[in-house]
Amino acid sequence: MRLFKFDQEIPFMSLRMPAMILSALLVIGSIASLAVNQLNWGLDFTGGTVIEVGYEGAADLSQVRDQLQQADFGDAVVQTFGSSSDVLIRLAPRKGVKAATMGDQVMVALRSDGQQVEMRRIEFVGPQVGQELTEQGGLAMLVALLCILMYVAMRFEWRFGVGAVAALAHDVILTLGLFSILQLEFDLTVLAALLAVIGYSLNDTIVVMDRIRENFRKLRKGGPEEVINWSLTQTFNRTVITSLTTILVLLALFFKGGALIHGFATALLMGVIIGTYSSIYVASSISLAMGISKEDLMPPEVEKEGADQDPLV
Amino acid sequence: MMVILVIAVCALYASPNLYGEDHAVQISAGRNAVVDLDLMDRVSNHLDDTKIGVKSVQMEDDQLLIRVADGDDQLSARDSLAALLGSDYVVALNLAPAAPEWLQNIGGTPMKLGLDLRGGVHFLMEVDMNAAIVRAQEQMVDDFRNSLREERLRYRRVEQQGDKVEVQFRDQETLDQAIRFLSTNNPDLEIEDIGAQTLAANLSEQRRKEIQEYALKQNITIMRNRVNQLGVAEPVIQRQGSDRIVVQLPGIQDTARAKEILNATATLQFRLVDLDHDVRDAVEGRVPPGSQLLMDRNGQPQLLQKQVMLTGDHIIDANSSFDEYGRPQVNIDLDSEGGSKMSRSTKDNIGKPMATVFIEYKPSGKTDQQGKIIFDKHEEVINVATIQARLGNSFRITGIDSPAEAQNLSLLLRAGALVAPIQIVEERTVGPSLGQENIDLGMQAIVWGLVLILVFMVAYYKKFGLVANAALVINLVMIVGVMSMIPGATLTLPGMAGIVLTVGMAVDANVLIFERIREEIRDGRSPQQAIHHGYDSALSTIADANITTLIAAVILFAVGTGPVKGFSITLAIGILTSMFTAIVGTRAIVNAVWGGKRLNKLSI
Repeated sequence: MRLFKFDQEIPFMSLRMPAMILSALLVIGSIASLAVNQLNWGLDFTGGTVIEVGYEGAADLSQVRDQLQQADFGDAVVQTFGSSSDVLIRLAPRKGVKAATMGDQVMVALRSDGQQVEMRRIEFVGPQVGQELTEQGGLAMLVALLCILMYVAMRFEWRFGVGAVAALAHDVILTLGLFSILQLEFDLTVLAALLAVIGYSLNDTIVVMDRIRENFRKLRKGGPEEVINWSLTQTFNRTVITSLTTILVLLALFFKGGALIHGFATALLMGVIIGTYSSIYVASSISLAMGISKEDLMPPEVEKEGADQDPLV
Repeated sequence: MMVILVIAVCALYASPNLYGEDHAVQISAGRNAVVDLDLMDRVSNHLDDTKIGVKSVQMEDDQLLIRVADGDDQLSARDSLAALLGSDYVVALNLAPAAPEWLQNIGGTPMKLGLDLRGGVHFLMEVDMNAAIVRAQEQMVDDFRNSLREERLRYRRVEQQGDKVEVQFRDQETLDQAIRFLSTNNPDLEIEDIGAQTLAANLSEQRRKEIQEYALKQNITIMRNRVNQLGVAEPVIQRQGSDRIVVQLPGIQDTARAKEILNATATLQFRLVDLDHDVRDAVEGRVPPGSQLLMDRNGQPQLLQKQVMLTGDHIIDANSSFDEYGRPQVNIDLDSEGGSKMSRSTKDNIGKPMATVFIEYKPSGKTDQQGKIIFDKHEEVINVATIQARLGNSFRITGIDSPAEAQNLSLLLRAGALVAPIQIVEERTVGPSLGQENIDLGMQAIVWGLVLILVFMVAYYKKFGLVANAALVINLVMIVGVMSMIPGATLTLPGMAGIVLTVGMAVDANVLIFERIREEIRDGRSPQQAIHHGYDSALSTIADANITTLIAAVILFAVGTGPVKGFSITLAIGILTSMFTAIVGTRAIVNAVWGGKRLNKLSI
């Protein structure tokens, strides 16, 4: 079985201008949304308290709110989590109250009418810690991009490095943009997912670039555009299949993994789809636009390369 | 052969996970007790009398491990043993690996589960370092006043200014003398002339570091003591960075209680022993007014005066060492206020015995109307020593039985005098039922992901798909095996997500290889050549692609905490094992099946 049968090269690059414009628009849109709507920062970054409780039957949210109001937690955000019997309560950090005991106070308030309420999870993050996690997260992202830029520049060519990192930045910005537009909660696991997206998208990009390099050396005729088109065509099957298998497991994770890793699975799903697109269009287009050519990729020891190919012809 | 060996080793170390874990009760000795064979007999006999289904009773590393049938038996065994053994022993709930003994002997243990899977509490506590520094500066002000007075260097004022201590003198000459004097006596201070007959003294960077280091270590010691009271089987108490402490209590049920105990305070008092009245009368109930009857650690009654000579918050430092005859002793340093109090109250009491009382607030297990835990005040005499001379800022307690005892005493003395307060800055508590639910959800996601991929690969690549599937399953076994082998690796919920993701991405290497082989065949190569060339030319691509993902995983590990770290570990291990299985593993299978034959067609 084969998904696609290509005997001719597909002119991917002829669409590169529309694709670039589309990408540019999406990036601008994402940045605009990030500026206007901002991200729905999770507890890990804002600080505060999250309490997950389990009721025996479906929970009465308005009653829960009343109970909390009476216990002086009027600012609490109450919502169901995963199922109707699970309730998530969020409290902003506040001064004066010993934050560490807030979770227990809430439990006492909820049990005040003698109901069976199970404590499932309490998370408390101090504002200081939250700020540090934000800084660390941003730093991690930057360091990862830099390390990758260096590695790709070393293994390939600096134009590929720039192309790869531009594609990665594109993926990260678009995923963040989607999180911002949909107002999905951005917590530590989503950050981890973003870094995994970087790894994944890069994986894709490198496979394509590897082939471009190989074809530049192997194909005697044809300009850069044809070579890139041909390489994309050759790797297209692989790109689609790997994306497909990854998306399959992510769907399993999304539907079966439970509410706690919903954000994680969502970020990865979006990221993988965007990453697949960007490795075809963004990375190669940028390398091409920067004038990548045959000479740049010719290894110094050309004779050896030729010797390798002899018995195969 | 190497391939089979590596896989076999991983499978062997992965196997303990199949056996699961037994519910167990763990008994370890408290301060005045030992775990020995007698205890083992006592415990076994006691458990035989009850109707608790005991699987085995083992003694290892000074601990007694009792395996029971299920969680209910575990709780009832804990309660009944705690009642039997009293406060001399710590009785804790634990999980013990149920793998056969030979497997455990070669180090085969199941994966460690993170708190989000096992249930438990994670605290990040921050030590208030400013308080420690301020305390040291107050100390400095006192010291300067006293020592300058003793040296007859008359000053106008001594006061704290920002993070410095300033001393003003009447004339330049006294100032110069004072600078010389203070500099020689306090090498860890930076003292300078700031004009207007004034000197400014600053703690040196070195000294600041020492103070902070001390405050952190002291708090860790105190936390360790308190956690021991809780009876948690495998607590983690670690420093994190320069001013934080991580406390992890896996499997703890009553988290509110745990928090109360960790935040509890301990204090210390020095009091005179009441020699005017008879202890025996007091034991019979005739306690004189102005005195109090307390027990010491050997259970002997001691009659003490109610009046307190000194409280523990004046203690700056206490450590154990040996005196000139090689006998253990405890050295105690007091702040200057404490020193003068001590000096005043010991002046007329030379030759009399002085008792050290340790006061702790322990939860009673009962709650009041508001659901608050009621604390019992525990007072215990930890030492009685005779006052040999008028005591000052620094004195020592001798006549202690053993070095261990001396160390214990110094630890308790330090625990009574917190240098810097501590507060919880991060808490993550996971209830036991949610932990189990997370495991189930994670397992489901892994199984579903795996099945989907297995079906897809066979449908798409036929026989070669089977080979890739074999590699995928082996890859999973290897991840589990490696995770079990690495002592520090814990499995978390994001870690399980990482495994799922690896399952999806691990086939990528095989997809790359197989697509290459297909291409080669399309180009008109013979199947054998196609296989050979397919593997060779895909190799560098796979390596490049995986190394970059590995970079991302390593960075995640370096900066991430807790759950994110768990994800990065499984991701990194998954990348390495999948490279191994996809490149080396499948090649071995392919060679074994298709190698050395003349083929006209490949099932790919």
